Amino acid sequence: MNSPSPIVQVDGLTKLFPVSKSLFGGPKGYIHAVDGVSFDLYPGQTLGLVGESGCGKTTIGKLLVKLQEPTSGRILFRDTGREPNGAEEDGAKVDGEFDDISQTKGQQLKDFRRKVQMIFQDPYESMNPRRTIFDTIAEPLLVQGIGNSLDRLDRVTKLLELVGLTPPATMLFRYPHELSGGQRQRVAIARALIIEPSFVVADEPTSMLDVSISTGIMMLMLDLSQRLGVTYLYITHDLAVARYMCQRIAVMYLGKIVEMAETEELLANPLHPYTRALLSSVPVPVPGFRREPVEIIGDLSAPLNPAHRCRFHDRCPIAGNECHATPHPPLEDRGGGHLVACYRV
Amino acid sequence: MAIAQGEVILEVNDLRTYFYTRTSVVKAVDGISFNLRQGETLGIVGESGCGKTMTALSLLQLVPKPAGRIVGGEILLHGEDLVQKSEAEMRQVRGQKISMILQDPQTSLNPVFNIGNQLMESLALTHKEGRKNLLQRAVDSLRQVNVAAPERRLEDFPHQMSGGMKQRVVGAIAMSLEPDIIIADEPTTALDVIVQDRILRQIKEIQTDLNMSMIYITHDIAVVAEVTDRIGVMYAGKLVELGSTADVFERPIHPYTKALLSVFPSIRGEKRPLTTLGGEPPNLVDPPTGCRFHPRCPYATAICQQEEPPIVVRDGHWAACWNPVG
Repeated sequence: MNSPSPIVQVDGLTKLFPVSKSLFGGPKGYIHAVDGVSFDLYPGQTLGLVGESGCGKTTIGKLLVKLQEPTSGRILFRDTGREPNGAEEDGAKVDGEFDDISQTKGQQLKDFRRKVQMIFQDPYESMNPRRTIFDTIAEPLLVQGIGNSLDRLDRVTKLLELVGLTPPATMLFRYPHELSGGQRQRVAIARALIIEPSFVVADEPTSMLDVSISTGIMMLMLDLSQRLGVTYLYITHDLAVARYMCQRIAVMYLGKIVEMAETEELLANPLHPYTRALLSSVPVPVPGFRREPVEIIGDLSAPLNPAHRCRFHDRCPIAGNECHATPHPPLEDRGGGHLVACYRV
Repeated sequence: MAIAQGEVILEVNDLRTYFYTRTSVVKAVDGISFNLRQGETLGIVGESGCGKTMTALSLLQLVPKPAGRIVGGEILLHGEDLVQKSEAEMRQVRGQKISMILQDPQTSLNPVFNIGNQLMESLALTHKEGRKNLLQRAVDSLRQVNVAAPERRLEDFPHQMSGGMKQRVVGAIAMSLEPDIIIADEPTTALDVIVQDRILRQIKEIQTDLNMSMIYITHDIAVVAEVTDRIGVMYAGKLVELGSTADVFERPIHPYTKALLSVFPSIRGEKRPLTTLGGEPPNLVDPPTGCRFHPRCPYATAICQQEEPPIVVRDGHWAACWNPVG
């Protein structure tokens, strides 16, 4: 790994959602939205979480910023000052200890919220339509009690410039409905970065935008990560987007990470049959190009009380006896940091 | 029908669909012309708000009323102008001559009827038969789109089905009357990529089997490359380039087409640096003068701001541009 020590360590993270039978019936079962997921995030790097709808990637994002409580597992967060050039960080421990944030409450939780932020998918719903852009971006400062109103105006102005909403003076007192989708998403990014978080969960920030706009947002996020050293957890269903945004990609299937590797390695040598299927179903923008056929069968099911075996066994083209008889395979390193959870590769 | 392969069956000339609000006129579709040949798939590509869906709705005269109106142009289906037809006559066209698959299968099916009923409703339009025969036809049309155990599926309600399954049912309904033309408006945008792959293959298969013509509307360059024979690129209510898919991809003429092709990130091949177009698509209430793309165009010159661009024909296709690229 390029970086010595991670900023976030996720260990055996699990989130179950009860499915109730009736009002008094108690739970009928549990949806295993996230099931024993472990990964590390390194400072200044971006990890992509990729998978189809319902695979649990958004739930992981919400767990990491504590919008939801995990059922079990630990999320260790190390409080680092943001390194590169002079982003001044008042009172941050530079080489902090790991805190298990899955248990934090009260003031500790509030301190943690200063360090993490989230960018949501839909810029039309993530903003209060009655508040101006200034109010929207300054709110985290207000909540955290940072600066007086002049400071805040100053910081918001700087941030607007940074995210390319210029000239800032014309933007400050507009309302969300006066902005386009791309501009709104820039506001969302500004709002996430205003308190200089160490890490940001970005949940499909470009999937609602047109291509000509979305590459602009991607370039902005890449630029900010380089300039400010922000660490992203980048959630997307689009492997092409992940290729540009992420140093590493984790592929999820029904609550489990089935494969994780450096981006180009994963795209060039996918090992897990699900990753292969995912890659070969992405259309290619070259007329006449023939993709290899996708081999998996059936549809994605909900992980309701999943059986104690590989989650993918029923759709897998290469499943064998051991896949049916043994528990879900562990995520193992197959060399060079390429991790796969499969008995047959 | 005695229509030869490749014969023009639909001709759209200078179609204009405007929306009238209290204070302004939105020129959603502003003078576009194209034709569709028997058995071919024509792609219409563009970003949100460029008028591609309104073009499709205009063909079926389903433009939201009273704000939206077709204010000019003609739509000739087998030589008959659809713009002149009455509502009653259009009913004979919709579903039987031209049918449409919409983007979101969630909202295009009725949640309170089971899918058997919804299929039979459209089948009953042309097949004046008893319920038993209609049921059999419904089963057949589901089987055609590869729905497993179609007899049992007829009883299902939309909420019991996955997104991909629903889109297949929508496809079955659209194709059940064997229309001459299918309009598919972003049929796979709401779906995951593995499901999308399956639906795309199926659409191609059935279209080839039944030899239908198709208009495929999407913003996804990669999907267009895979499913279409010809493409038209739309920008701000105008068609800016039209030609065979291979020609347009290999030798784009219009700077917008070129930009659209190059911004698209791909998982294959060399990792090209990201590029962006800059700016935003224009407001159609007051579109830019001259060429509508000029404010965002890297090749724009003075004339682009003043006069409508001329048609440039090259490499077997055309574009509307003052400063063609390449």
